[in-house]
Amino acid sequence: MMVNSYNRNKYNFISIIVFTVLAVFLLPNVQAQNEFEATGAADIEAIEEHGQEKGFNAGETIIEHVVDAYSWHILTYKNKHVAVYLPVIIIDKEGFHVFSSKHFHHGEASYMGYAICQEGAMKGKLIKVAGDGTRDTNASFLDISITKNVLALFVSIILMLWMFIAAAKGYRKRGEGAPKGIARILEPLILFVRDDVARPALGDRSDKFLPYLLTVFFFIFLNNLLGLIPIFPGGANLTGNIAVTLVLAVLTFIITNINGTKHYWKDIVNTPGVPWWLKIPLPLMPVVELVGVFTKPIVLMIRLFANITAGHIIGLGFICLIFIFGQMNVGLGYGVSVVSVFFYIFMGILELLVAFIQAFVFTLLSAIYIGMATENPHAHSNEIK
Amino acid sequence: MELVNPGIGLIFWMLLSFSILLVLLAKFAWKPILNMLSKREEKITRALNEANEAREQMKQLTANNERLLAQAKDERDAILNEARKMRDKMYEDAKIKAQEEGQRIIADAKESINIEKQKAITDIKNLIAELSIEMAEDIVKSELSDKDKHTRYVNARVEEMKLN
Repeated sequence: MMVNSYNRNKYNFISIIVFTVLAVFLLPNVQAQNEFEATGAADIEAIEEHGQEKGFNAGETIIEHVVDAYSWHILTYKNKHVAVYLPVIIIDKEGFHVFSSKHFHHGEASYMGYAICQEGAMKGKLIKVAGDGTRDTNASFLDISITKNVLALFVSIILMLWMFIAAAKGYRKRGEGAPKGIARILEPLILFVRDDVARPALGDRSDKFLPYLLTVFFFIFLNNLLGLIPIFPGGANLTGNIAVTLVLAVLTFIITNINGTKHYWKDIVNTPGVPWWLKIPLPLMPVVELVGVFTKPIVLMIRLFANITAGHIIGLGFICLIFIFGQMNVGLGYGVSVVSVFFYIFMGILELLVAFIQAFVFTLLSAIYIGMATENPHAHSNEIK
Repeated sequence: MELVNPGIGLIFWMLLSFSILLVLLAKFAWKPILNMLSKREEKITRALNEANEAREQMKQLTANNERLLAQAKDERDAILNEARKMRDKMYEDAKIKAQEEGQRIIADAKESINIEKQKAITDIKNLIAELSIEMAEDIVKSELSDKDKHTRYVNARVEEMKLN
């Protein structure tokens, strides 16, 4: 999918934004790097303490860092965990249960009949355990705990509300004058979304959908950036969590189909421009079109999730290399660390680009999907193919 | 599997808080910001249009001024021409008049000279007549008294007459 009206100027603009952001984040990234090493080192110590026979498992360590968790682990120092223990909220037949995730002892213990599943399809999720320690599969309960990602979500939402309401206040105060303060940073991005994402795809209908597109863009962009900060309260892989991208994709799906015109639905049932035999005895094209309605948001969901998670995994992979080699030989570990840190910084810079690009792509595709669904059949001025 | 197994809790919180975020931002941030942005754009467009209009007006004004100046120049030239013409005419007129006057004066003078001449001639004639009569008287008297004397007298008179 391409919007032809994109020209070189816009790419210039993107690169300016990206490199500005990059410059701002480079320093914290490097500092955070050390933090990461500390965490990693702590993890390896912890693992060694727990069982000498169990070596360093890079895959497990990486996944642990990428997925959601009930407590926000910061570091382990001399066998002491430093973590933010988040509240577990469970609704079951007996009502609400709220307790601290500290009671799980990092997954080792069960509390009030609940435990964190350690393996299988439900790994990492809460399960009901029976008295003998086996899983009680019949139990039905709803787990709405404030997990690491939920807390990150709240943090990012508060940050966004603060940023944009402050900007709006500035605009109200200054009227039509030039923007100042935070609005000065946000305005080019807002204009970018409005003029280069919404308007080419939606035309005169863009005003109606701009609030959604802007919110999605800044939500994804901000969380992508926060995800790159390895220390609390950043570092949660929020936009790389499939539940989050699922909700975003579902919202785009709902908005697209609620606002779909008669023309849009007619084109799905009776696809124009294909031979009749693809429609009449066997409704092949309508089925393909209908599948397309669902694949579009699914693709949105997977693209964002996979891109962000992959970035985190690669970054963590470089760090894990240090400990894999460090287990063989301490000197080798130090040697590799130089290379690893270099690559980690390189990946961090790349991820800053990805953070913007993925936010842009998600917003652009959402705008294009909505634009296609709400298109006026008589105005074929849209250049979207 | 953990990676692609969406947590119900996170979906719930995400849906709830993202919706709240969307509503709050739409109402308290996007609306005023976008409004102000489009207002500012309108203002800039308006200002540009106004500047263009002002430039156009300036152009018209300058053209007007130039036209007026040209007109004034023309008018001035016309007035000057007129004045020049008038002057020339007056000069001509005055010349003609003066000539006429001169001629008239000359004519008058001639006439009065003629009259005076006539008068003088008449006077002379009268004088001659008188003198002639006196002479005749005298001659007659002398003639009557002394022949020599008479002759002398007449000769003397004639001499006198010649002097006249």
